[in-house]
Amino acid sequence: MNILIGGAAGQGMETIAHLLGKALARAGFGVLAAKDYMSRVRGGHNFTCLRIEAETPWMAEQTTQLLVALNEETYNLHRRLLTENGKIIYDPELFSIPTNTGNLVPLPLESLSIKAGSKIMANTVAVGAVLALLNQETSLVETLLLETFNPELAAQNIAALHAGYNAAAKYCDGCFSLPQSGKIGQQLYLDGNQTLGMAALASGCRFLAAYPMTPATGIMAYLAEKQESHGVVVEQAEDEIAAINMALGAAFSGARSLTCTSGGGFSLMVEGVSLAGMTETPLVIIMAMRPGPATGLPTRTEQGDLEFALHAGHGEFPRAVLAATHLEDAFYRLNKAFDLAEKYQIPVIFLSDQHFADTARTVPPFDFAKLNYERHLLTAETLIKPYRRYRYTASGISPRALPGQFPNETVLADSDEHDEDGHIVEDAETRRLMTEKRLRKLESLAHEMEEPCLFGEQSGEVLLIGWGSTYGALREACTILQNKRVRASHLHFADLWPLPAAAIKALFPHFKQKICVENNATGQFAALLRRETGLVVDREILKFDGRPFLANEIVWEVEQDV
Amino acid sequence: MCKAADYLSKDTAWCAGCGNFAIREALAEALAQLKLAPHQVLLCSGIGQAAKMPHYLLVNGFNGLHGRALPPAVGAKIANISLKVIVESGDGDTYGEGGNHFIHTIRRNPDLAHFVHNNQIYGLTKGQASPTSDEGMRTAIQTSGVILPAFNPLAVALVMGAGFVARCFSGEKEHLLATMKQALEFPGYALIDILQPCVSFNKINTYAWYKKRVYFPKQHEQKDWNAALTLAREWGEQIPLGIFYNVPRPTFESRIPALANDHTPLGTRPFDPASLASIQNEFL
Repeated sequence: MNILIGGAAGQGMETIAHLLGKALARAGFGVLAAKDYMSRVRGGHNFTCLRIEAETPWMAEQTTQLLVALNEETYNLHRRLLTENGKIIYDPELFSIPTNTGNLVPLPLESLSIKAGSKIMANTVAVGAVLALLNQETSLVETLLLETFNPELAAQNIAALHAGYNAAAKYCDGCFSLPQSGKIGQQLYLDGNQTLGMAALASGCRFLAAYPMTPATGIMAYLAEKQESHGVVVEQAEDEIAAINMALGAAFSGARSLTCTSGGGFSLMVEGVSLAGMTETPLVIIMAMRPGPATGLPTRTEQGDLEFALHAGHGEFPRAVLAATHLEDAFYRLNKAFDLAEKYQIPVIFLSDQHFADTARTVPPFDFAKLNYERHLLTAETLIKPYRRYRYTASGISPRALPGQFPNETVLADSDEHDEDGHIVEDAETRRLMTEKRLRKLESLAHEMEEPCLFGEQSGEVLLIGWGSTYGALREACTILQNKRVRASHLHFADLWPLPAAAIKALFPHFKQKICVENNATGQFAALLRRETGLVVDREILKFDGRPFLANEIVWEVEQDV
Repeated sequence: MCKAADYLSKDTAWCAGCGNFAIREALAEALAQLKLAPHQVLLCSGIGQAAKMPHYLLVNGFNGLHGRALPPAVGAKIANISLKVIVESGDGDTYGEGGNHFIHTIRRNPDLAHFVHNNQIYGLTKGQASPTSDEGMRTAIQTSGVILPAFNPLAVALVMGAGFVARCFSGEKEHLLATMKQALEFPGYALIDILQPCVSFNKINTYAWYKKRVYFPKQHEQKDWNAALTLAREWGEQIPLGIFYNVPRPTFESRIPALANDHTPLGTRPFDPASLASIQNEFL
């Protein structure tokens, strides 16, 4: 079941989607809500696709059974995607729809809202109407309204909810039947940014410095709200340069630190990434990608900054690059990012994107006991005096102490080339040894990288290769292909650098067609794969219009060749 | 307890006669007199001759990027509130490349002492104009002389609400030492702009040039902001030295919830991820 809720920014579509999504999640359905919005506060055209199934869907679908058109533009843009028995909820006092083929549900949303107490609750009226058409009770949404608003506002909204419910019930009594609920047990309902924010907090992150930038700001907002209750410090820096440098300072003196941004902000941070590499200061940087170059499409999605993440920062130094694939995985993988950063004393770049950041889904509760919290710090027992911040070791990892940790021992970090004590040097021998020391960390770091996960058989006709947030679309596409008796498998990378290559090298010869699917224009992962392994995919399916892949688009592309 | 000499860890790479020596010695003396042990002090710097100070004083150090001395200092102070944090860099690093951080760090008012070595020239890159170079100074780049008016750090600091604003001269070492001690004990952001001759590249603002002009104003009221601004704007034949303004306001750290009742460093507070499992209930 798909519902598309559209209107101009400011009409409260997000509230509708959130109330419905959360209520249906509590009712035991698998829910997904994908946001499509413009970079403006008022006007424009924004919509949310809500998909409701017995089990949690991986992706939104293109067609819709129920269109909630809060303005005429929504109707014009999306009516073609309505299925045969679909319905359209709209306000006939706002605009008219000429022909009625029995699919119209005209409701005076605004008038009903005014009657319930104020004009601004038209969205709540619409929620009531949707519930009526889905043959669902209003009680779960009533509970949510009571949790959200003060009693007076909640009462008004409940009146608006009932008004919408009663008005729509006249048009059809249970037009749509939802799948059976309760199959998946109790679920969380949250989006990618909330998942990453919560993972950071639960990983012991104590300091976030960032500059607001779509689509990463939600991470900042999550942690900012936890400042009083959970002892995390969130500082909105004057710019991204300050943000990364503050985070590095906090990491240097011992706090688990994070910064988050999108490509433009990351561009400003790049010198700081290099500083993290040189000073061997642990730091996690979440880059929520959006289409560039420059300001690009600020509220849209793209996987266009993989190569940027791999190469950002002048000079040669080790780093790890991990990616968010889906909520269930990303929660634990961000924890891994924090662990790797401190274990190897390196910058770890964690790639997300607008699609991952803004899509809400139902997921089973996370197991916090699985999270790792080890600080990899020197102890009084392991301290060798005098303390040397950059002591040469076989692994390349120098024991890490914090300033002030040990009486009479000082810690010196330097962005210049330095000796074991951290003092500035220029001699050739030390330079060579220090470069080797830093790069030596890559050897053991490579063993920490998880091989990509395989969905499907180990041989077949088609191997779909992806990374990051395309997981859901590819997984669903693969299932559709398998149901059509195409021998398709799906291989998906979450740890990207150092590239874990054993699994793909083994699988490659066993598939007729190897297809790399990426949300970018140049096939950046395919290029990385080629560079690191010599493996050349047979085909690249690329999408770079700022929108995420839908499963049926991938299926259609694959079927051209099979 | 350390003596001043104990902080002077290494040989420097500064030119003979450089103003930096007096600043280094005064700071070592200030740390010794205030009984601050090396491991209790963190010295952050950017890039430039002045920014090499963490290598020449035996304390903790973070020698970061050009222009970025302040942000790591702010982060480090939040993460470990018990550290005595000092930021030391030159005029180019602080007022040019790092100008935005200068402005916003003053707004934050973290408890740190900021000592700017102001020699009115870029020394490390061999003699280009700095933001504080006087109009008319000729260099290999500013071939017909500097055409921009000089940046006035003390006036900017006062206007941005800095609580401790002072000017010193490396040639007045006793005064520098006394002022440094006050800055180090001031609760909040404390700026000392330290005039200092560059013997190699600044042939105008020499030791003699400063010596002839600097003076100590009589009967200055350090709580009078308008009087402070008047002193900050005085430049030319007469250059006043001293603490122009000295009025504390609440520090940045005192307004951060995580630091309000707990001075344990953020990184060493006990933590167990499993204890946080209930935070996901808001999404049920």
